[in-house]
Amino acid sequence: MGMSQKNRIVGASVPRKEGIDKLLGRARYVDDIEREGMWHGATVRGSIPRGFIRSIRFDRRTDWSEFTVVTAADIPGKNHIQLIVADQPCLADGVVNHCDEPILLLAHPDKHKLRQAVAGVEIEYEPLPPVFTIEESERQDVVVWGSDNLFKSFLLEKGDVDVGFAAAAHIVESEYRTDAQEHLYIENNGVIAEYDAESGVTVWGSLQCPYYVHRSLVAVFALSEDKVRVIQTETGGAFGGKEDYPSMIASHAALLAMKSGHPVKVVYDRMEDLAATTKRHPSRVRQRTALDREGKLLAMEIDLATDGGAYSTLSSTVLSRATLHAPGPYLCQNVRVRSRSWATNTVPYGAFRGFGAPQACFAIERHMDAIAAQIGMDPVELRRRNFLHDGDTTATEQVMREPVILDRLLDRALAESDFYSKRERFARENAATPIKRGMGIAAFYHGSGFTGSGERYLNSLAGVDVTPEGKVRVLVSSTEFGQGTNTVLTQIAAETLRLHYEDVTMAPPDTGIVPNSGPTVASRTAMVVGRLIERASLQLLEMLRAKAALGNEYSRDEFFAACERYRAGHGEVGSLVRYEAPPGIHWDDQRYRGEAYPAYAWAIHVAQVAVDTVTYSAEVEEFWAVQEAGRIINPVLAGGQVEGGIAQAIGYALYEKVILQNGHMANSQMTNYIMPTAEDVPPIHVFFEEIPFRHGGCGAKGIGELPHDGPAPAILNAIMDATGVSFTRIPLLPEDLFAELAPRPASVSTRPVEETATV
Amino acid sequence: MSADWPAIRFIVNGESRAVRVPAMKRLLDVLREDLRLTGTKEGCGEGECGSCSVRMNGELVNSCLVPVLQAEGAEIETVEGLSSNGALHPLQQAFLECGGAQCGICTPGMLMAATHLLARNPHPSLAEIREGLAGNLCRCTGFIRIFESVIAAAGSTRGHRGPADHAR
Amino acid sequence: MRGNPEAHELLAPGNLAAVLALLAESPGEWTPIAGGTELMVAHAAGRLDAKKLVSLWGIAEMRFTRSEADRFVIGAGATFGDLRAHAELAAELPLIAKAASWIGAIANQNRATIGGNLVNGSPAADSSPAMLAYDTEVELISVRGTRRVAYSAFHTGYKRNVLAPDELMLAIHAPRRFAKHRQYLRKVGPRRAMAIAKVALGATALVENGAVNEIRLGAASLAPFPTRLHKAEAALQGRQVTAETIETACSELLAEARPIDDIRSTAEYRRHVGANLLKEFLLELGREPVP
Repeated sequence: MGMSQKNRIVGASVPRKEGIDKLLGRARYVDDIEREGMWHGATVRGSIPRGFIRSIRFDRRTDWSEFTVVTAADIPGKNHIQLIVADQPCLADGVVNHCDEPILLLAHPDKHKLRQAVAGVEIEYEPLPPVFTIEESERQDVVVWGSDNLFKSFLLEKGDVDVGFAAAAHIVESEYRTDAQEHLYIENNGVIAEYDAESGVTVWGSLQCPYYVHRSLVAVFALSEDKVRVIQTETGGAFGGKEDYPSMIASHAALLAMKSGHPVKVVYDRMEDLAATTKRHPSRVRQRTALDREGKLLAMEIDLATDGGAYSTLSSTVLSRATLHAPGPYLCQNVRVRSRSWATNTVPYGAFRGFGAPQACFAIERHMDAIAAQIGMDPVELRRRNFLHDGDTTATEQVMREPVILDRLLDRALAESDFYSKRERFARENAATPIKRGMGIAAFYHGSGFTGSGERYLNSLAGVDVTPEGKVRVLVSSTEFGQGTNTVLTQIAAETLRLHYEDVTMAPPDTGIVPNSGPTVASRTAMVVGRLIERASLQLLEMLRAKAALGNEYSRDEFFAACERYRAGHGEVGSLVRYEAPPGIHWDDQRYRGEAYPAYAWAIHVAQVAVDTVTYSAEVEEFWAVQEAGRIINPVLAGGQVEGGIAQAIGYALYEKVILQNGHMANSQMTNYIMPTAEDVPPIHVFFEEIPFRHGGCGAKGIGELPHDGPAPAILNAIMDATGVSFTRIPLLPEDLFAELAPRPASVSTRPVEETATV
Repeated sequence: MSADWPAIRFIVNGESRAVRVPAMKRLLDVLREDLRLTGTKEGCGEGECGSCSVRMNGELVNSCLVPVLQAEGAEIETVEGLSSNGALHPLQQAFLECGGAQCGICTPGMLMAATHLLARNPHPSLAEIREGLAGNLCRCTGFIRIFESVIAAAGSTRGHRGPADHAR
Repeated sequence: MRGNPEAHELLAPGNLAAVLALLAESPGEWTPIAGGTELMVAHAAGRLDAKKLVSLWGIAEMRFTRSEADRFVIGAGATFGDLRAHAELAAELPLIAKAASWIGAIANQNRATIGGNLVNGSPAADSSPAMLAYDTEVELISVRGTRRVAYSAFHTGYKRNVLAPDELMLAIHAPRRFAKHRQYLRKVGPRRAMAIAKVALGATALVENGAVNEIRLGAASLAPFPTRLHKAEAALQGRQVTAETIETACSELLAEARPIDDIRSTAEYRRHVGANLLKEFLLELGREPVP
């Protein structure tokens, strides 16, 4: 194999493939693109959380003949967005189930006129009672979805939890909650669509998964697959927020294009993007845990609920990942996880970096500290005593066949952060100062790739080809949105083909050109698609050796000469391969048992926080992240993924709150949805331990989502260390800290008592 | 009717330009739509994210908050004016090498803010870099490698650990 | 961009006299716009009601900072960047430079003007607590002449002030007599930059012969407009700074503050953190001798 020689490109921090275009300002994002004769589109949205649409009236001030108006009646195919269950309409038809649901579309050549026209459409409703919380939904006295409000449920069982609880020396229970989080990619959602009776629909857009959009358009327009073409434009951040929503906005733009006869651009402004597009699922997790005298886990009973919003979208798969991450990186013989996702009348919650794992990880890793406090044990030691090791089985009875090095990661994290001596020093110093400092830790894994049989179902196809101009092209529908797809996949191809990094480019992310290598999600690109590119490259070399006399050792020139010989004799020079599951991967969807993921990335996070008792604000002062995610293909990019994920998760823990009023996001402006700025992000220290994974692209496992899982519990654990209060809910804002920490004079008793944990 | 607007003149990246647009049109939209300089981005339209940062008479401004009439006679610098003759500006080179750009949408504004910072303070401390870039939101990087990029471009190590300390 | 640029008229006469003449010609019809950091946000959101705007940007007669023997005179058109860069002002009235450094971030500071901040009259205005603590006056101008008003009397209600429809704020007069005062300013926002104050407190106090001889407390977000905390001041005036007077002053603040619940914070939080800030200042005042 080509791996016998020392890596030259994999493991090197080559510059980002599309970096120069981005730095020169010439990278073309969707709003930078104009098409001949292009119109602009806008969306008329519902203003109530639930109800029947009784009438739609158009005001008399507007000359409606200038506009193209699209309603559900104009949809040639199916009026729904294709995801897992087809329950979400492309345009509301007679009924709305959440605020800001799209009802009607307008197009006009002048975008300023569009805004006035949107205000000129009056919609009358007959309201129905809405449901806004998990609790209201699970009571089922108002049913807003299906027959019972329940999108999905899972039951994961290992051993017998009753046996574990019967033998317990300690039983600790508590409830944890996480609120919604907005992706806040800096580029809002946007697409341009064209329609032509002969060639069908073409869409350019800011998106993660070209073939998801393709599938939706095929259904909405009732067209054959070859009549729909989806092209990803440079994409200014996504984080899961452009996994499913682009199918919606693309359908809208394409409907307007079809009816108007013009290319139509629909680009949301920030207020619309915040109010109308998906967010991270809110969650409630109840943990009940049995331990023996030494702090070994005997049984874990976990009840996990998510708020899915008005339509099912990706809630079932988010719930699945949450379920599989709920028990944490610990060995326990008796585990029961019961999980449910509930419908409410809010904008559907969707994919967001971590995909259910951050919620689950918050609960178990906060709970570990709560347990430690209750049984009087060092939280670090409690974790160490229960870590999974090689050969152990997880809650799904997956045997850990790859090395598990949690102890090593933990030792390094403790040493790098100087954990114990800082913790002792802060405990000494805190009494004399209004600033209370503390140290907190989180241990966790993130499963790489699709859950269970997901990768088999995806059946991804990817490859490489060689152009007559002498460039190798990577053929994938896996997209670049900042996380490094272009760079990492071309590095893998260049390494495997023993060429220069500059010899390899990405084929355009265009469904008319590239095969379906699956969606760009689930930390699967480097590991799964990277492996496909490695295999396709090896297959190409074999082909050239067999049919074009390429030698075992070859120079760059000899490689391209062989390609031209092959082309002359056999035609196009290319190689495609399909996904093959690593051996020994079995998953039982019914019993929820087996190899939940082909591989796991592991990490220890340490947070140092300062809580100011004058202002009740908590800040992260310093952060350490030690992880094992297989071979690191590009250290600068991987480090950037970890730092960016941590910063986003610091926002999740301490700053970012989606405020819903009657189901509508009340703070849908950047000035009121607070993400950390350059002054708020602490120094972040990132360390990798590398254990190459045989079945990942050049040894890679997933890295993109892992860093979002740990910061929130590590930070709240540090706040508990600093203040002695076990906070159980994020985001934890100064107002929440105030509610717990403020001295309470007897006369002031107006503050509502919060539902508190039993610890 | 657009031709009826009086001409508004200013200099963009060293070139004299004139536009006939409503006086309340945002400088951002004039750059992007009328001059087709689409390197300057819109992220929020409310002066919060800094994606539309340009320099106006040497001052860093959010071009989404400048009515174009207020730019009359001004010298405007955008990301398109940073490089010269195909050579990257030292900041662009540093961002490329240090991982200062990921999705790239905040990058033009970030580069303008960094350019402004180094023009005022050629060897900023880390705290000064944080302050200088605080109006430019980046959701991808966590800012760490942006700081390193600015430090690398400034050729300064004052008050800062080397990149090696962050990720090796 | 939800506003329509064609729906608004914007003039830039370029000098003060021409602007004042325009305002006098049809009082109330023209809305002044300086750095646009407020009105252009409304414009983008489609919420800019003003159809006729007159630009104050670039009018040299409004953008200045002048040191006089007993005062600094700060032009209403001075940007917060200008104020931060003014070494003499920053040295003598440091709270002004500190407040200026808290406005948004650099790009906002380069455009936002002190006059715009004060006239806009947000209860959370960053510059107001310092202006109240320094006992400033504002100078207003129209074709009818100029007049001076104590800044503490400038705001009359939520986003209301004493400006006549034909008047502009021309300058702020800040007395140079605080060298011996203990000075304090703290803003509590949701993050370190690009933040709107949840609550802020500015304070100056002179302790002589062991007693508080002069004290001014200026608060943001504790009332519908930036305001002095007169009752808390009264609880301290002429008294020694002791645990008891601190307690009394904080109780007075809690009683007189009228904050609101909104999407940015809660009234309870604002009130109590306001009291904590006052306590922090008074503890410092009681502890250390004024240099």
